[in-house]
Amino acid sequence: MSIDSPLPVLKPADFASDQDVRWCPGCGDYSILAQMKKMLPTLGTPQENIVFISGIGCSSRFPYYMNTYGMHSIHGRAPAVATGLKTCRPDLQVWVITGDGDGLSIGGNHLMHAIRRNMDLNIVLFNNRIYGLTKGQYSPTSPLGKKTKSSPMGAIDNPLHPLSIAIGCEATFVARSIDTNIKHLGNILKRGAEHQGTAFIEVYQNCNVFNDGAWEYAKSRDTKAETTLELEHGKPLIFGKDRQKGIRLNGLDPEVVELGKGITEDDLLFHDERSPEPSLAYLLSRMRNEDGFPEPIGVFRSVDKPRYDEQTNDQIDQATKERGKGDLETLFRSGETWKVA
Amino acid sequence: MATSTPSKPVTTLDEATVRFCGDSGDGMQLAGTQFTNTSALLGNDVATFPDFPAEIRAPRGTKAGVSGFQIHFSSNEIFTPGDTVDALVAMNPAALATNLSDLRAGGILLVNKDAFEKKGLEQAGYASDPTEGDGLEKYKLHSVEMTKLTRLAVEGFGLSVKEADRCRNFFAMGLVFWLYDRSLDPTLRFIEQKFGKRPEVAKANTSALKAGYHYGETVEAINTQYHVGPAKLPSGTYRNIMGNTALAWGLLAAAQRSGKRLFLGAYPITPASDVLHELSKHKNFDVLTFQAEDEIAAVTATIGAAFAGEMAVTASSGPGIALKGEALGLAVMTELPMVVINVQRGGPSTGLPTKTEQSDLFQAMYGRNGECPMPILAASSPGDCFDVAQEAWRIAVRFMTPVMILSDGYLANGSEPWRIPDLSELPSVDVEHPGPSLNGDEFMPYDRDERLARPWAIPGTPGLMHRLGGLEKQDGTGNVCYDPDNHEQMCKTRAQKVANVADDVPLQELDGPDSGDLLVLSWGGTYGACATAVHQTQGAGKKVSHCHLRYLNPFPKNFEKILRSFDKVMIPELNLGQLSVMVRSEFLIDTIGLTKVQGKPFSVAEIVDKINEVLG
Repeated sequence: MSIDSPLPVLKPADFASDQDVRWCPGCGDYSILAQMKKMLPTLGTPQENIVFISGIGCSSRFPYYMNTYGMHSIHGRAPAVATGLKTCRPDLQVWVITGDGDGLSIGGNHLMHAIRRNMDLNIVLFNNRIYGLTKGQYSPTSPLGKKTKSSPMGAIDNPLHPLSIAIGCEATFVARSIDTNIKHLGNILKRGAEHQGTAFIEVYQNCNVFNDGAWEYAKSRDTKAETTLELEHGKPLIFGKDRQKGIRLNGLDPEVVELGKGITEDDLLFHDERSPEPSLAYLLSRMRNEDGFPEPIGVFRSVDKPRYDEQTNDQIDQATKERGKGDLETLFRSGETWKVA
Repeated sequence: MATSTPSKPVTTLDEATVRFCGDSGDGMQLAGTQFTNTSALLGNDVATFPDFPAEIRAPRGTKAGVSGFQIHFSSNEIFTPGDTVDALVAMNPAALATNLSDLRAGGILLVNKDAFEKKGLEQAGYASDPTEGDGLEKYKLHSVEMTKLTRLAVEGFGLSVKEADRCRNFFAMGLVFWLYDRSLDPTLRFIEQKFGKRPEVAKANTSALKAGYHYGETVEAINTQYHVGPAKLPSGTYRNIMGNTALAWGLLAAAQRSGKRLFLGAYPITPASDVLHELSKHKNFDVLTFQAEDEIAAVTATIGAAFAGEMAVTASSGPGIALKGEALGLAVMTELPMVVINVQRGGPSTGLPTKTEQSDLFQAMYGRNGECPMPILAASSPGDCFDVAQEAWRIAVRFMTPVMILSDGYLANGSEPWRIPDLSELPSVDVEHPGPSLNGDEFMPYDRDERLARPWAIPGTPGLMHRLGGLEKQDGTGNVCYDPDNHEQMCKTRAQKVANVADDVPLQELDGPDSGDLLVLSWGGTYGACATAVHQTQGAGKKVSHCHLRYLNPFPKNFEKILRSFDKVMIPELNLGQLSVMVRSEFLIDTIGLTKVQGKPFSVAEIVDKINEVLG
């Protein structure tokens, strides 16, 4: 097949809408927006075939800043809006932009069900561990003891961990990145976009107004080598400034070990993002800085499973093949009828 | 099987009303449905009223567990399932105790004698067996040992006692079929279809059915057979149809006639679930049914489907519509076309899930935050649900708005003969989506046509990229806008757009003279009772007319003129006077309410009595 005119090559600027970006100066959202605009042209998908759906919250203003189709819907419901859209139009690339409050509190139910259906959506959850747009109440990912306007004596709600939730729902693609780790973030967004089925991506995002420094341990040059661990498929779990530490399984529990002194890379846990069984991915999602573990970033899980949007359309094809295209006349006259002269 | 030569005298009647009642496990709904279909096939006009408890199996033998099915069949056109019952079948004492008051004096009472034992009588609150003492002499009582006779009839088919007893409803059916001179053929065909894979059950049911029929023929105590001939309905091919089926088929027709795929987002809820069930069966009509995780997901997925460019529908009942309220605001704000169905039931809260009511009119009108109007249509009969579904979609597309359909439990489960329309009679809906824009001009998603509708641009169209959302939109561009004057203008524009629907719908029609002493004003499922009551009082010389509204928001353009042409306006409603409030507030016209919230439809007599009272 010959191509008469070459496809236009899109640039990041082509994905910018004409609207002023209104996040607070210094917000981590800017970086995610920039990486998205930079990554999208590399996919070769025309702008008109991309849709961003969001809920409510700071992150959910995202669609307004993208020169694609979009909908800033209502609080927590973006996965459901996107489900209806994608079910009808599997040809579109559909992104869901949400936050820790929008996705895990008011919209927790929809997030869970979009994931278990393996809807072909790319869900990006901006986790800043605070309610920003309502000016600083604790969120479902705020740590215990977090003092905020609505928790002056400290939060007593056990926090949710987005990736543990996603893996618990057997998400087929699960990944984590960090707003300021721009190259990594760009790669993860691209991997998510290329995945068929629900891609769930948590981004550690700093709210410099209401929760500044929440992820400092994972972002700071001084500490990040010790507090994060970059996952690579098929590679052992190694981290540390000198890459001298690793994660080993002790029974069902992970433990941090020093390489050398009789411990080699072969003793470590090897990452297998394609493992059909989600247990190891879940174990990784439970490694927390506060418990003395590095927090993994990268792709936790990437497996292939049937997708709702594809299957529901297949059922139409199957029904049509078996019974023929629906005919109203035949339907109306099915069963018992009688004539009145 | 041909009806046997009558060996007993046959009395011809214009019409009759039969009610089957028994325990909720006794198969009364099936008996009623079979009797209905048979009568419809015979050419009678029919109207039905199934009435069943919310529990799937309430404790056996209790009054709470009684399930009933009433059929009114006639050789004339009829509109209601009948006020009083001519023949009552009571399968146990609880059914007798809860239904006897509706049997007219002189009516036929068929009871299953075998169920009138100690425990059953106690559960029904009878100190002694009412079929043996005095008290029932004003009825034609026939105590029939239905359990025993059914067991005998099915002997030899290898059924357990429990299975044998499940054939009892067929015995009762057979007896009533004989009584009203109906053919067994449709039911025999049904048995074959339904139980064909279990031949022993098919044979047993057939045998029980015939045993009941022959019992009527032979037992001397039942000495008259009744005949109700075919009705003179407009010519055509007919079938029997239930409201929810008609609604689903109307949606299918609307989708096909507008060249759209149909998306239904729904969460199971009584009495709306049958819309989901019916559409799920017809995927070969390009139907996508999405059983959502909750009511909110059902409506928001529907909004996503509307954005995608398909015919988007969500169906629920009052409690579900309450959950959808916020999202319906988004639908109004994004000005996307969709159909929202409320099959009303008794409320508030969980209320009376299986009982009918019209108490969600305010919810439809005012049940959302902000200034949030949407057009509202109400169906008037089971068959009318078919037309209303298509009309709702037509308005939704022409005005780019969600449209609410109000049905109710009575219409949803009730049935009537439906003249199968010729496909050429069905309205077609022209849907336009703006095409690609390649010259770089800015696309204006909130530009408006003469009706004030905005363009329905769908994802995938080059050059029309735009963002919708719940924040206030700038007129024209659709960008987020907090300007005070813009907000006021947009609120007024959205209201005016809905008001403009009145220019696009037929003028209100009246049944009766254009002016007079009394206007009976009704809406929704009360149509049949109101029409019948008005016809009766007109026949008695009263200057009364009937106005039945399909369009509740906006009202038809000539509505006020009609209201002002009558000395008095009376509004029968199955709520505490919601339409009355709307009419009074909009027109400053006084109204006389006739309200009822008992989970039951109006009887004709209730409305006739009120008309006579008002007219003095």
